[in-house]
Amino acid sequence: MDIGWWGVVIAVLGGAIRIGTPFLFVSLGECLTEKSGRINLGLEGTLVMGAMTGYAVSLHSGSPWLGVVCAGLAGMVLGALHSWLCSFQRVNDIAVGIAMMLFGTGLAFFLGKPYIQPSAPRLPSIDLGAWSDIPQLKAALQINALFLIGIIVAIALGWMLKNTAWGLKVRVVGESSDAARALGLPVDRIRIMSTAQGGFLAGIGGSYLSLYYPFNWSEGLSSGQGLMAVALVIFARWQPMACLWVSLLWGGAAALGPSLQSVGITGGYYIFNAIPYIMTLAVMIITCSPRRTLVGVPHELTVTR
Amino acid sequence: MPQNLNKALEPFLIIVGSLTVSMVLFGMFVAAAGADPIEVYQTMYRAAFGTSFSWQNTLIRAAPLMLTALCTALPGYLGLIIIGGEGAVVMGGLFAAIAALTMPAAPPMVVLTTMALVGMVAGGVWLTIGGVLRHYRAVNETISSLLLNYIAIALLNHLVTSTFRDPESLNHPSTHHIGEANMIGVIPGTDLHWGLVFGIVACVIAWFLMHHTVFGFASQIAGGNVRAAQIAGLPVGRLILIICFVAGAAGGLAGMVEVAAIHGRANDTLNANYGYAGILVAFVARNNPLAIIPVAVLLGGIRASSGLLQRAHELPDATVLVMQGIIFLVILFSETLYGRFSRLQKQGVS
Repeated sequence: MDIGWWGVVIAVLGGAIRIGTPFLFVSLGECLTEKSGRINLGLEGTLVMGAMTGYAVSLHSGSPWLGVVCAGLAGMVLGALHSWLCSFQRVNDIAVGIAMMLFGTGLAFFLGKPYIQPSAPRLPSIDLGAWSDIPQLKAALQINALFLIGIIVAIALGWMLKNTAWGLKVRVVGESSDAARALGLPVDRIRIMSTAQGGFLAGIGGSYLSLYYPFNWSEGLSSGQGLMAVALVIFARWQPMACLWVSLLWGGAAALGPSLQSVGITGGYYIFNAIPYIMTLAVMIITCSPRRTLVGVPHELTVTR
Repeated sequence: MPQNLNKALEPFLIIVGSLTVSMVLFGMFVAAAGADPIEVYQTMYRAAFGTSFSWQNTLIRAAPLMLTALCTALPGYLGLIIIGGEGAVVMGGLFAAIAALTMPAAPPMVVLTTMALVGMVAGGVWLTIGGVLRHYRAVNETISSLLLNYIAIALLNHLVTSTFRDPESLNHPSTHHIGEANMIGVIPGTDLHWGLVFGIVACVIAWFLMHHTVFGFASQIAGGNVRAAQIAGLPVGRLILIICFVAGAAGGLAGMVEVAAIHGRANDTLNANYGYAGILVAFVARNNPLAIIPVAVLLGGIRASSGLLQRAHELPDATVLVMQGIIFLVILFSETLYGRFSRLQKQGVS
């Protein structure tokens, strides 16, 4: 059955979910970190480290889910290191983020050298498209459980930030560290906790890359998803549910090039691949302004100053 | 007098101390990986500075690092953290190669001069985009310059696989060769190409510009306090744009040298992480252009030793990346130490 251009639409929608899932986890992690008033540019390194850890643990233990958890823990360690360094006076969180990005990727390449060839067990997928006869639709509706978990995390994170004492503390620390200190809140500890938890989510996002899609471990696995997350969170106005929609949008944009290739449009392959970066830049240009602060921004955040 | 001495001594001591701590941490890391740290350091020294051949290897790697470090160091005077060196190198190399291909009949001197100018303008314009967005739209310059790196690489890959592709470059899409006659030669008496001289001269000029001209003085004021600079009537926006352009021009020149002295063509080998390593050089040198020269040589040596480390100790080539990461983190941590020693001294006096 020839479905022509509908094939492109279906492939983009399927790609939105498949490519968008790691974006979702990284942006939720970054969202939580930024809510506490820190920016973590090192999530790119965390993502690669998570991908390597997840793949290695899955290979040795035979359980991809154990790999996912260990990837999260590795991310948590890197996040804690980042925020611990930043808690010293005059240490710049953006610069430490760049260093963590280089350190995390270097460490992952070092430890991951033996895992480039062997094949680890893959995360299972859930078949939501069994009712359909169209193979493209079936492929697009093969959804990984991590995507569903990501939706739950997004809802839960939004609810907790809004309605729990813990969420209120994180927001106070992010809005004004002076006010938080006056209330007797342990500012540094809350930030370290938030960044470590954000690192945990980013690590899981990394394990999705190596254990589900594209399902391998190589040095070119991540291509800036961790960095784009920073801009994604700005676009999502620091709201976890908005992170979900924005991640899907970015996943769809990244899937556009390969989808067009399937109907024979092969020119400009690299340009299509650059669409997510161009979109991210365009969003920053549109949403930022020198005359007003952004709606919903945590005021301690250096990125918007 | 002793206060002046302290002012110069403090950064020196803190940086040397940080590098020592990094070496201890990295030694512990390789020991955990099953190698003898002392032997590893001996190997690194031999591979980087042991013979005239290894010195040459080191200096060839140091030359582009001096130029890409300026990409981060110069905007650093204005308080900007720009990490778009990689994109400036890629754009500089790409457009320098394209410029050479449009003038097949011109004498080599003309071709090389044009390549250098076009490369510098391409790199400069590319980095200035980040500066423009920063000043007029308040877009964070770190993120925008990083995104521009990815866009530059995509543009390079697009152009060398389509419009400017040499059909004979099958497995490794590249532009046509710029012609052997147009390659930059070596410094007489050595096997080193002229890129090293470009790097050193650029650093000296940058140092003179930032420390001995009114322009540099104005930039330092704007970097210290933007409000004060604006009230004093300094054109902060223009300073940002000019500095970003000069910084990007240095990166573009590095790309042009890579094409005209090493590869002869523009292809994805331009994207060799010199931009990212340059950020580290700039941070270790605390943005001082003169300090960039020795730091670039040191880091060039570390990178040159990667191959021998792999052969002699069976350590993966990413070992030097881990070392770079450790040095970077320790150096950033050391920022918190500045001023603490002088405070101790003052307390001792009172």
